[in-house]
Amino acid sequence: MAKDMQMNAHQEHENEQDDDRAALEEHRHVVPPRIYLIVGTTLLIFTALTVWASYLELGVFNPIIALFIACVKATIVVLFFMHVKYSTKLTKLTVGAGLFTFLTLIGMTLADYFTRAWGRW
Amino acid sequence: MGQQVDATGFAMWLFLLTEIMFFGGLFTAYLIYRNWYYPAFVAGSHQLDIIWGTANTAVLITSSFTMAMGVWCAETRRKGGLLLCLCLTLFLGLVFLGIKSIEYGEKIEKHHVPGFHYSLKSFTDPESDPQIYKMYHDKPLPLDMARHTEMYFGLYFAMTGMHALHMIIGCAILVYMVFRAQAGAYTTGHVTFVENFGLYWHFVDIIWIFLFPLLYLISRHG
Amino acid sequence: MSTTIVSLPDQSTARIPKVNFISKEHGLLSWLLTGDHKRIAMLYLASITVFFAIGGALAGLIRLELLTPQSDLMATDTYNKVFTMHGVIMVFLFLVPSVPATLGNFLIPLMIGAKDLALPKINLLSWYLYVAGGIMVLYTMAAGGVDTGWTFTTPLSTHYLNTNVLSTGIAVFIAGFSSIFTGLNFIVTIHKMRAPGMTWFRLPLFVWSHYAASILMVLGTPVLAIALVLVMLERVMGIGVFDAAKGGDPILFQHLFWFYSHPAVYIMILPGMGVISEVISTFSRKRVFGYTAVAFSSVAIAVFGFFVWEHHMFIMGVSTYSTLVFSLLTMLVAVPSAIKIFNWSFTLYKGSITFETPMLYAFGFIGLFTIGGLTGVFLGTTGTDIHLTETYFIVAHFHFVMVGGMLMAFLSGIHFWWPKMTGRMYPEKISQLAALITFIGFNFTFFPQFILGTLGMPRRYAAYPPEFQVLNVFSTAGATILGVGYLLPILYLTWSLRYGEIAGNNPWQATGLEWQVQSPPLTENFAEIPIVDHDAYDYDWLEKKHEHEREVTSV
Repeated sequence: MAKDMQMNAHQEHENEQDDDRAALEEHRHVVPPRIYLIVGTTLLIFTALTVWASYLELGVFNPIIALFIACVKATIVVLFFMHVKYSTKLTKLTVGAGLFTFLTLIGMTLADYFTRAWGRW
Repeated sequence: MGQQVDATGFAMWLFLLTEIMFFGGLFTAYLIYRNWYYPAFVAGSHQLDIIWGTANTAVLITSSFTMAMGVWCAETRRKGGLLLCLCLTLFLGLVFLGIKSIEYGEKIEKHHVPGFHYSLKSFTDPESDPQIYKMYHDKPLPLDMARHTEMYFGLYFAMTGMHALHMIIGCAILVYMVFRAQAGAYTTGHVTFVENFGLYWHFVDIIWIFLFPLLYLISRHG
Repeated sequence: MSTTIVSLPDQSTARIPKVNFISKEHGLLSWLLTGDHKRIAMLYLASITVFFAIGGALAGLIRLELLTPQSDLMATDTYNKVFTMHGVIMVFLFLVPSVPATLGNFLIPLMIGAKDLALPKINLLSWYLYVAGGIMVLYTMAAGGVDTGWTFTTPLSTHYLNTNVLSTGIAVFIAGFSSIFTGLNFIVTIHKMRAPGMTWFRLPLFVWSHYAASILMVLGTPVLAIALVLVMLERVMGIGVFDAAKGGDPILFQHLFWFYSHPAVYIMILPGMGVISEVISTFSRKRVFGYTAVAFSSVAIAVFGFFVWEHHMFIMGVSTYSTLVFSLLTMLVAVPSAIKIFNWSFTLYKGSITFETPMLYAFGFIGLFTIGGLTGVFLGTTGTDIHLTETYFIVAHFHFVMVGGMLMAFLSGIHFWWPKMTGRMYPEKISQLAALITFIGFNFTFFPQFILGTLGMPRRYAAYPPEFQVLNVFSTAGATILGVGYLLPILYLTWSLRYGEIAGNNPWQATGLEWQVQSPPLTENFAEIPIVDHDAYDYDWLEKKHEHEREVTSV
């Protein structure tokens, strides 16, 4: 019985070592320069795009488009330059947690400001 | 060993989370006051030079590219390539800071620094500023809205200043890294420092990716 | 009633193990430049005790002033400075680091079967940042103090007061980074350095609660940092973000401040709850009831804790609709805390309960934290909050949870792990007496304040209507007793370092990896990394282990 438990513990240990090895493999996944070049060029193109769009009269869509383009740019920086696409689940979860908390701060604070104009009851 | 590698990368990401939340407070303030004082923010934004701003964005994006290439060089043990990339990144970072200081100089000249003889003239009487007036034909702002341009510039300096501070720290670390790379420290398989610094540098780039449209591109249609 | 689970080695032959983390190296620098998490924990323990004493002395001054309805002991401005410094020191320099930086630092690597934390140098940096923040606070006090209240409310702190806001802001900013790095270290360690076989659900609940608190430290503290930076920019440059005259909104500061400071209260209490889980289990010889529920409730408190901060601002001019939402969310955040109380109670049920000092403090915690927590629900209800906020009801509420709850948990933990950290037992009888004195003193001090609050006595006032004097005198009398209760441990714990009984590995016969090694532990914690094959609080495993050991020695 004790021996079985020892075996299980060893197996778990090996499984965890496999996870570490997998992480290390992913870690050693070298992103080819081609990708960086494509991403970098895309970022520059999108920059030009967003500057051009700001000269158009689009009313309420101006900030929406600007922020959307900025989000796309940030996403490809995160995924490719920062290797998150090739990272462990933990890294992806961590980025998500940060994003979530950031949005909570902004969203719930703005909720107060936007609803003040609704007046009292 | 693999565990140690993984641990510092994870630690770096957690540190970046603290940075997201730190800047988050500034973004919150910005979003509130832009909503409240939109005309003032538009007028203030027109005072920023689109050429400098766009150039800076391009410079920073390119520096992110060179930094990513630097990480690749370290991973593939190309010492010469790594040195080149680090030096380019540092150079571009300094160019960014140089352009920023030119922009700040312009703001100081025009008395658009909150708390230091702030001048409302450009906003109450836009025609007194022919360069800007030619491009946007802004209408004069009523006095109370004109006063709120000080809020715009307050946030401009706070946000770009905080960003610039992070750039300065980044450039200082890059100088250190150039010397270490020269000594071959990063091309023998120990790439974590370069990778983790890369994460930091890309993060600073992302902040600017958002600052640029929020501060410079509020509304440029004349 | 006099049964005890204490099992000490034969005192005539027992010795402190020759090689341990304290005796390994000598000299001041070996302590000041250490990477050993246990030494850093002791450094923290010494420094937070100093600041606790200063904060406590300030509390004494507050209670002395409030003996009489007039502001006669000190000028009202001075009184404002006294309660501000009391708050700043107690919150940022005592409560936030108390359990995590001392017990957490010491125990987490031991509990997960690791040799140290993931980032030992960052750990040392944390302590230096703490000391730097502490020195800035001392400087502030020497320079005349600050009187904004620990909450730095704008526009008072930005425009209407000319005391040392800048230096206090810098001090808290630095101390905040100390907290961030501690939390960061814990998260990385718990994820990456668990021993083989130590799965998430075999971790002691102490580790779970520190993990949850660390998430709050990492994600919440930076927002405090930016809030303080903006206050400082406002003061120095006049950027206008909080200045109504320039179109700014002072309430924005409060949003940013409380976005941290509400999770901060969970940063303060969660590690304490972790201590209580360990203590209750050990002194009822029973696994914690509903392990998974308690583990998940820690994480739930951390997550929900981010959604409720506006309940500190109900009367400040926020939109009524947002108060609805935040009030509802506040009701929800109370649930996981209540789940813990229920689970601890069910752990006690049919357990073999003994009443050693850590358990006495734990009982105190359960009772007082429940009262404090329930009064929090009254305050989370917008309708009642309008009347109770900014009165002594609030003061009583947070002292019940923070002092009756957290401080008792801290003392419980210190006593529980004292034998592990020092190799010596504290004197049981006097410590039980001190626990009792603390409990009595606490209730006399703070219960009258609930009544004062409902009667309408405002907080942060040096003078009050004479009809409130009787209750205030009660409260001050209680504070004196409480002071004695806190002085005693400082004295007898110091005494025990020299004269306490030798504790041996496991005086409490507790489960947990930290109890399977020598007291004090080796610098590297374990001679060889353990392989874990049992759940937390597995008293059967412990018994079998002892059986096995007895068999071996008889051969």
